[in-house]
Amino acid sequence: MTRFAIPIAIFVVLLVLLGVGLKLDPREVPSPLIGKPAPHFDLPELREASKTFSERDMRGKVWVLNVWASWCVSCREEHPVLLDLAASGAVPIYGLNYKDRREDGLAWLKGMGDPYKVSIFDFDGRVGIDYGVYGVPETYLIDKAGVIRYKRIGPLTPEIVKETLLPLVRELDRA
Amino acid sequence: MIPELGQLALALALCLAIAQTLLGIAGAARGQAVWMAATRPVARGQFVFVAIAFLCLTASFVNNDFTVAYVASNSNSALPLHYRIAGVWGGHEGSMLLWVLMLSVWTFGVTLFSRHLPLEMVARVLGVMGLVSLGFLLFILFTSNPFLRVFPSPADGRDLNPLLQDPGMVMHPPMLYMGYVGFSIAFSFAVAALLSGRLDAAWARWSRPWTTAAWCFLTIGIALGSGWAYYELGWGGWWFWDPVENASFMPWLTGTALIHSLAVTEKRGAFRSWTVLLAIVVFALSLLGTFLVRSGVLTSVHAFATDPTRGIFILALLALVIGGSLLLYVWRAPKVGLGGGFEPLSRESMLLANNVIFASAAGSVLLGTLYPLALDASGLGKISVGPPYFETVFVPLMAPALFLMGVGPLARWKKASLPDLASRLRWAAAAAVLAALALPFAMGRWGALVALGLLLAAWVAASGFVQLYEKVRNAASGASAWTRLSSVPRATYGMLLAHFGVAVFVVGVTLVKAYESEKDVRMEPGDTVEVGGYTFRFDGVRDVTGPNYVAGRGHIAVTRNGSFVTTLYPEKRIYRVQNQPMTEAAIDTGLTRDLYVSLGDSVSNTAWVVRVHHKPFVDWIWGGCLLMALGGALAASDRRYRLAARRPREQYAAAAEMT
Amino acid sequence: MPRAPALLLLAALAAPLAAKEAAPAAADPVLEQRVMKLAEELRCLVCQNQTLAESNAPLAEDLRNQLRERMREGKTDREVVDFLVERYGDFVLYRPPLKATTVLLWFGPLLLLAIGFAVLLRRVRRRAPEETGVSDADRKRAAELLASGERR
Repeated sequence: MTRFAIPIAIFVVLLVLLGVGLKLDPREVPSPLIGKPAPHFDLPELREASKTFSERDMRGKVWVLNVWASWCVSCREEHPVLLDLAASGAVPIYGLNYKDRREDGLAWLKGMGDPYKVSIFDFDGRVGIDYGVYGVPETYLIDKAGVIRYKRIGPLTPEIVKETLLPLVRELDRA
Repeated sequence: MIPELGQLALALALCLAIAQTLLGIAGAARGQAVWMAATRPVARGQFVFVAIAFLCLTASFVNNDFTVAYVASNSNSALPLHYRIAGVWGGHEGSMLLWVLMLSVWTFGVTLFSRHLPLEMVARVLGVMGLVSLGFLLFILFTSNPFLRVFPSPADGRDLNPLLQDPGMVMHPPMLYMGYVGFSIAFSFAVAALLSGRLDAAWARWSRPWTTAAWCFLTIGIALGSGWAYYELGWGGWWFWDPVENASFMPWLTGTALIHSLAVTEKRGAFRSWTVLLAIVVFALSLLGTFLVRSGVLTSVHAFATDPTRGIFILALLALVIGGSLLLYVWRAPKVGLGGGFEPLSRESMLLANNVIFASAAGSVLLGTLYPLALDASGLGKISVGPPYFETVFVPLMAPALFLMGVGPLARWKKASLPDLASRLRWAAAAAVLAALALPFAMGRWGALVALGLLLAAWVAASGFVQLYEKVRNAASGASAWTRLSSVPRATYGMLLAHFGVAVFVVGVTLVKAYESEKDVRMEPGDTVEVGGYTFRFDGVRDVTGPNYVAGRGHIAVTRNGSFVTTLYPEKRIYRVQNQPMTEAAIDTGLTRDLYVSLGDSVSNTAWVVRVHHKPFVDWIWGGCLLMALGGALAASDRRYRLAARRPREQYAAAAEMT
Repeated sequence: MPRAPALLLLAALAAPLAAKEAAPAAADPVLEQRVMKLAEELRCLVCQNQTLAESNAPLAEDLRNQLRERMREGKTDREVVDFLVERYGDFVLYRPPLKATTVLLWFGPLLLLAIGFAVLLRRVRRRAPEETGVSDADRKRAAELLASGERR
């Protein structure tokens, strides 16, 4: 008798799964780097090509690494959010100019404003690959020990900054 | 004016669908003959109004009415007429309207060919179909209305996706939907039977031709999609285990199981509750497919504009229709009772083994398709499940099915004898082994997997001949060969042809995977390259203009052993409106091989990268599918269904009572 | 000899026009085959419904270059795959790795088949002849009749 109920039981499980699935984003690729040390890089700066910058320079500080490009449309959306965040001084923001041309990147910052303490220039995208970048913009929060604690795929929004990023920054600052 | 008419027609169709559902189900439940008799004309009325709506949308496309939002996003004034018509089902809203049109066509068919069925059964079947129609019409009117206007209207449309501007793609959705929707008839028969509490062998006989016909259409639809991917996408692949491909394959697998299960239920009255469940499952998978494509739950090349609201609606529809039927199943199926008994070795058990295999195969495809979602939903990580998984899992499952295909039709009902079967099949087995050992050498080299594929294909073909031979030999002994051949029922020929089609398909897949070769070369005009024994000479690229595109057209002269074979013209097109580049491969189709050439990028003023493939026996893949569909068509049009249609209804009611 | 320079000139002019066997598009065809074979089992992260081999996305190009470089350095397929999985997770693999979370995936089909056949066998065995309500004496007579004149 109960065996006749097996089909509907399986079906209900399926419905629940599909229902939950409607809220998820199948395209998002969560980063396996969360909780792992930020991959090493030593890249020239965007503004001054003779100077280089490395993630090691930021040891002992909590900081944000934002991946951007002048050809990236969504980056325009998040730029005001970054400018506000930089102005608030809550956490320093460093930029990774991904697969761009120097002139284009500099012109973009000139026109849109520069929230970055320093922007580094990743011409061929290798550092991007090391960080698991697949769709610009992406943002990483890195702690004092140089471990990646959070990654945002897609543009930052004021809600995400307020509800996720800043609380985490405060927590990491205390550590 | 016309779009508004279309919308009105849809609203009227909805009203009629509601009426059809109530009259059919309530009428049968209360035994109201007048209500039940009214379902037929109401169902036909619904068809008329859905057809009017569809014609209105088509007219909007043909007239380039860009005030209609759907037309503006799927058409363009430069689009040739036949593609403007195809654009009707090029996007989500229009394709849903096509779905509903197909449903009303099948409903119309049921009203025509059901004279011999008891009125109560017809009313219930039409009632259930009305319910499905009702659900989809609501869906269209509330979330996916193709007739919405856009103001201000654009001067010209965004053009039909260039990938869809192709004859194969034009026919693929209609054929697929005829299949998906056709299975709603088997579903409706199953639910009607559960509602009436009477589940007898006669029910199986009534369902069978409809189910087989739906299966034929689905086979053709899937084959068209696969063939299109082969010649259009430029890579020479033909099946990617993409979620939406899987979504069409699962109903096909369970549909195949259903056709075979119906055979057991019809002939021996056995496993009725399983067959009913299977009929529900097949349609559930059709609906699931619709959900997966349009909800955004899975990424897919096929995904229509995804919208979670639509997803919720379809999920609700799925929950109500299938959930309702499965609850009905829990309630009514236990009363159905068992059918005739049979031995562990018998035709019944082999057909049921077929069912186990096909159901497991469908289950595995479902598992692979939804597993990433399941893991993600439970927070256990994000994985991908692709061709390596499906191929590893699917092929071993199918091998026993192929083996059974040879033995099953020869086994006796109720009790078969192993020594008897072995003796009748010994020559077929020998032929199969010979083919497996020898044929690979004819192709160039021997390989274990090739041998296995050829073994199974040859086994199916050879045992098919044994089956035919025995049938002919046992028929009207003493009569002429022609009389004997024509005395074999059409359905038997259908089965033999369909099984033979499977063998042809397996040969195609096995040989192309094992022996295809390709070269990726950089060619200056005058350069040659040799692939698969053919010589390809590149004669440069010229600019050409099409109706709505510009292209670089390559000229490739093909020779073999010095004699001319053909000239191929691969193109790199840019469709003006969407500025989308497309690679058009050039294919020389042959019975024993395809020559497939596509243009890569240009690497200098004169030199281009050219990709050349030699694909032996690849067209046997779709040839096999065509044979399968033809076999199904033969089986569905067997005399006994047509004769039965002429017998008076009362005789059937009486027969049904006795079972 | 006056004709020699003319002939030489002619030969020099004719050489570029002579048809030749086309060179492979890739610099190292053997390596390329290995790269593409692996790339066919990997997923493009941008055009997520294409393999890394098929995709024309810039990231796919970059990743294929990474594959080429590493293979040229002598890394095994396993090491190259690990490189990608470290950065992008299991999502990039079209062949899901066998882990605790994927055991059900990989063994599911076999399990389904086994359950299916188990159910089938149980149902078949349960259909004892008693259910048809035929007496033993009748059964014996039937068996004798069948044994004596068996026709197909």
